[in-house]
Amino acid sequence: MTHNKKPKLAVWKFASCDGCQLSILDCEDELLAVAGAVEIAYFPEATRATVRGPYDVSLVEGSVTTYHDAKRIQQIRANSKFLITIGACATSGGIQALRNFKDVDEFIRIVYARPSYIETLERSTPISEHVFVDFELRGCPINKYQLVEVLSAHLHGRKPNTPAYSVCVECKRRATTCVMVASGTPCLGPVTHAGCGALCPAYHRGCYGCFGPMETPNTASLSAQWQELGVTDEGLVRAFRGFNAYSEAFRKESQAHEHDDN
Amino acid sequence: MTLNTNSSTKYVLESTDFQQLIDVLVGIGYRVIGPTLDHNAVIYDDITAVTDLPIGWTDEQDAATYRLNRRSDEAFFGYVIAPQAWKKFLYPSQVRLWQAALSNGSFEILLDSEKPEPMAFIGVRSCELHAIAIQDRVFIEGEYVDPTYHAHRENLFMVAVNCGQAGGTCFCTSVNTGPKVEAGYDLALTEVIDHETHYFVVEVGTERGQHVLEQLPVRNADKREAKLPKTITDQAAHQIKRHLNTDGIKELLYTNSENPRWDEIATRCLTCANCTMVCPTCFCTTVEDVTDLTGRQAERVRKWDSCFTMDFSYIHGGSVRYTSKSRYRQWMTHKLATWIDQFGTLGCVGCGRCITWCPVGIDITAELEAIRQTKAKGETIKEGSDENIG
Ligand code: SF4
Ligand code: SF4
Ligand code: SF4
Ligand code: SF4
Repeated sequence: MTHNKKPKLAVWKFASCDGCQLSILDCEDELLAVAGAVEIAYFPEATRATVRGPYDVSLVEGSVTTYHDAKRIQQIRANSKFLITIGACATSGGIQALRNFKDVDEFIRIVYARPSYIETLERSTPISEHVFVDFELRGCPINKYQLVEVLSAHLHGRKPNTPAYSVCVECKRRATTCVMVASGTPCLGPVTHAGCGALCPAYHRGCYGCFGPMETPNTASLSAQWQELGVTDEGLVRAFRGFNAYSEAFRKESQAHEHDDN
Repeated sequence: MTLNTNSSTKYVLESTDFQQLIDVLVGIGYRVIGPTLDHNAVIYDDITAVTDLPIGWTDEQDAATYRLNRRSDEAFFGYVIAPQAWKKFLYPSQVRLWQAALSNGSFEILLDSEKPEPMAFIGVRSCELHAIAIQDRVFIEGEYVDPTYHAHRENLFMVAVNCGQAGGTCFCTSVNTGPKVEAGYDLALTEVIDHETHYFVVEVGTERGQHVLEQLPVRNADKREAKLPKTITDQAAHQIKRHLNTDGIKELLYTNSENPRWDEIATRCLTCANCTMVCPTCFCTTVEDVTDLTGRQAERVRKWDSCFTMDFSYIHGGSVRYTSKSRYRQWMTHKLATWIDQFGTLGCVGCGRCITWCPVGIDITAELEAIRQTKAKGETIKEGSDENIG
């Protein structure tokens, strides 16, 4: 199985914190293998070299928040055979999608001395609202092993193992005692997509929902249980308005607990 | 001291000599596993000393809640059961089945031949012995033997401990699995504790157990002491609050696949899979095939799975059980009905874990009762039809 030509990989940045790209760099041991397996054609965070498209694989980090980016993602799509979004920003709009629940002009007026200099879209949106996405990798940030898994799977023509069941499955597999049951700590694990390996519960924290909604999230039932544990509507709104606030299931759940006085 | 030894003889081991039991087992070469205090629960893990035991701690369990509390005494086994069953040692949640390496244009299959260390479990409850017996039937006694389970199970030494108290979610008395240990152990202990005394009544179940017993500083139990295992477990039985009505249970579930209660449960069920993960008899797994980036190494990993995931029933075109209702129904129907056709017993030993560890407290005993009460016209599931597949 020798490739005559290594596939060309590009990494693109949109509105994001760079955390997911750093996860790529954090794959120290695997990075050599990545570099051996693909030609890194565009990755400004790691190298100044640029190779012109078209690209075999494009990894896209970040959400679309400006007119300019809305156009740029179209060009990237047109130049990419396989487009993978990485992280919560690219797959659900990210923490910056909190603006979607408010009036963005109001923010601009408060934050910037000269609001007229700011040109931005009203909403922060996931890449899939703009172009066809071949694969969405969840997480805030992404899990580096999952990234290597997705790339390996793609290079070898198999299905990646990135199951969409709950974080609870991973939590139980590593024999972590449930923080919600044993300590009354609210946890988003039951409605959250697996992938992190149940990191927070292993450190006695509730899950923050970094990987977004799981395959069949019953957010209403979980909210009712959180209320039993003493969480207020305000607390629920805040919990569901994290890094994946604009994903459908979390968005609807936070809206269900929002009252005018919030 | 001369010991009277016939199979029904009971012995007394002082709590101050308990360390010797651990030492003897370690001396034989066992990896000793027993209850120990973790951050917020009594869990089963490796132990080497009596001080590793959760001395003076107990657990309070109810639907969706578990709390550790101090006891008023220094009991070694004063808790009920751990969050996770012994299954995690006998049937690990993640196992590499094989690896393959690309060499000279062809694949070489590499099997992991490492034999697991023989294990000794201390503190196995009656319901848990029954659960292990059920998994034995599934993995060893059927047509196909599971090599991983078999390798872990083969040399297992079992020190059972009778329940001195029942937990808030236990219902072993409904399914005849406890609280008194009856079979399947090498040694069975009953802890006796009051202000003056603290000792264990020991019963021997096997020759291996006898061999270990002979190395311990025990004496024969007197008449009164010999009755304590029954008296103490009777007390525990009286504390049991939950009940699973098993009358015609199989037919009940086979004729209620369209009972409206399933829809009601689905409004609460998170499809999070916690119930199946903690259940000591659930055995489902998935396999993941992984290649590395170079494509020169591949491996197949087996992981615990659950009928609550979408992938579980995925066949070409989509998942068969795409509703939460159908997934909860599969779980309960397998545990309490189809299991009987498959293995000749219920798939439930009444340990109560699925009730305690369900984040929203869905209670299998209460739901079965609700189905009984809201009996509606449903189609009969025919044995051998698709719905019947475990
Ligand atoms: S701690 Fe959270 S993720 Fe883990 S089992 Fe409990 S609810 Fe699920
Ligand atoms: S179904 Fe529930 S109560 Fe029955 S054995 Fe499984 S976890 Fe225990
Ligand atoms: S199919 Fe049966 S054994 Fe498998 S997870 Fe579901 S209830 Fe447990
Ligand atoms: S019954 Fe409870 S533990 Fe089981 S999947 Fe539903 S919510 Fe999760």
